[in-house]
Amino acid sequence: MDDFYRDYILDHYRHPRNFGELANADVEAEDLNPLCGDQIRMQLKVDGGRVGEVRFSGKGCAISQAAASMLTERVKGMTLAEIAKLSKDAVLEDVGIGISPTRMKCAMLGLRVLKSAAIGELAGWPDEE
Amino acid sequence: MTVTAERRVERIAADFPILARPTSRGKRLVYLDSAATSQKPRAVIAALVDYYEQYNANIHRGVYEIAARATAEYEAARVKIARFIGADVSEVVWVRNTTEAINLVAYSWGNANLRAGDAILLTELEHHSDLVPWQLLAQRSGAELRFIPVDERGLYVLDDLDELLDGCKIVAAAHVSNTLGTILPLDTIVSRAHAAGAVVLVDGAQGAPHLPVDMKALDCDFYTFSGHKMLGPTGIGVLYGKRDLLEAMPPFFFGGDMIRKVEYAHSTFSDPPRKFEAGTSNIADAIAFGVAVDYLERVGMPWVREHERLLTAYALERLAPFERRGLEIYGARDPELISGVISFNLADVHAHDLASILDTEGVCVRAGHHCTMPLMDKMGWAATARASFYVYNTEADVDALCVGLEKAARVFGI
Repeated sequence: MDDFYRDYILDHYRHPRNFGELANADVEAEDLNPLCGDQIRMQLKVDGGRVGEVRFSGKGCAISQAAASMLTERVKGMTLAEIAKLSKDAVLEDVGIGISPTRMKCAMLGLRVLKSAAIGELAGWPDEE
Repeated sequence: MTVTAERRVERIAADFPILARPTSRGKRLVYLDSAATSQKPRAVIAALVDYYEQYNANIHRGVYEIAARATAEYEAARVKIARFIGADVSEVVWVRNTTEAINLVAYSWGNANLRAGDAILLTELEHHSDLVPWQLLAQRSGAELRFIPVDERGLYVLDDLDELLDGCKIVAAAHVSNTLGTILPLDTIVSRAHAAGAVVLVDGAQGAPHLPVDMKALDCDFYTFSGHKMLGPTGIGVLYGKRDLLEAMPPFFFGGDMIRKVEYAHSTFSDPPRKFEAGTSNIADAIAFGVAVDYLERVGMPWVREHERLLTAYALERLAPFERRGLEIYGARDPELISGVISFNLADVHAHDLASILDTEGVCVRAGHHCTMPLMDKMGWAATARASFYVYNTEADVDALCVGLEKAARVFGI
């Protein structure tokens, strides 16, 4: 945790990529972490079975917002099935350093919402924790 | 703090074994989250062990020696609580915690007394525990929910109090706000509520641990508090109710230990407080709660209030220079008007990130909505960090908080 707040994390927090609203999104979902109030909304535009455009919006801590921002960069061009199969390791790889158990929910909020969007339902996935 | 006062706090802190244990990073544990739960002195922990090792037995029925001792210690703890809050022993009902006490009143008293067209008056500072049970009562009864407003500093605005009390059957308000520390103007609320014919429930979860309380002087009808926020164990709390009210109220839970006579078809119930205490009680924790109250009485509640007032003043003074770097301090910022609670945010650092960085320095603060989501929405705060003080906190703890804030500012390039 001491070195979690690296420059690129803070950069994604203060300058989130693919941030905003998408008109005519094909798939979207949002969720919040009721314990801490972090919120994320994910929208996807799908062209020929693959993600063309992606936008996220929300508010919360640097970890939740930076992880979501990095995730949007990763999923462009993926199929919905590929997104549905994304594991938390993908997020951990993006953020690059260990996250304490208490903050894992923050880091995984974007992934949970994105997968919900991809499969069109909010039910949790077994590997989300 | 004077040298003598500092010595006294150091002696108190030495009674809390957890405070002597360094964190996994080798930092001194700086515990600033007593509004969530307090730490426990050695004597309280020992009382739990003593019960289980020496006289573990069920109460109110066994005739053998250890059962008699368990019953005696359990009822002696009730006497201690009654003395501590200036109540009669028959007015002290054991419950799990403040939340259970409020639910008990909302169901038992509420269902019997609230009708469509009545009003329930709360405040905008209430913890979810003193809000949600009343929302459900309003839905069940058709009563209207009203709120005493607060200003942008979290201070009560009482200009329309008489209008708000018109048609009101019960007022439920926090003695001390867990988010901002605001102290309720209890005299005004109780006297005007009574004049309007309403009863008053005071949520004392943050009151009884930090302020001297005397039920006869406060004259509220119900007062609720939790052991774990006042040096006692989790899982034990108290509902105080005026005797005539408790006598008129139907029981909330039914079963063993709350009955007078049971036949197959019907039953009659004990007198208060036992008619509200169905099933085997939380014996060990009740006894240890009594020991916690002994400890607070030895320290002295006027001293507790004065210590926290001085520490809050010191903290506000030490935090002020950070305002140039974007620190926002919420609430009244006046140690006379608040109990030992300070909510804040540092520039664009989210409260959770701030709490994580403070944690690396051994400093424990709360981050989030503090179970007051409507208040956060009203004020426009997504989350705040909260430092709260108790008997064992020192000026060195406040200094450690400032070191943590420096680190957070450095990490976030502020």
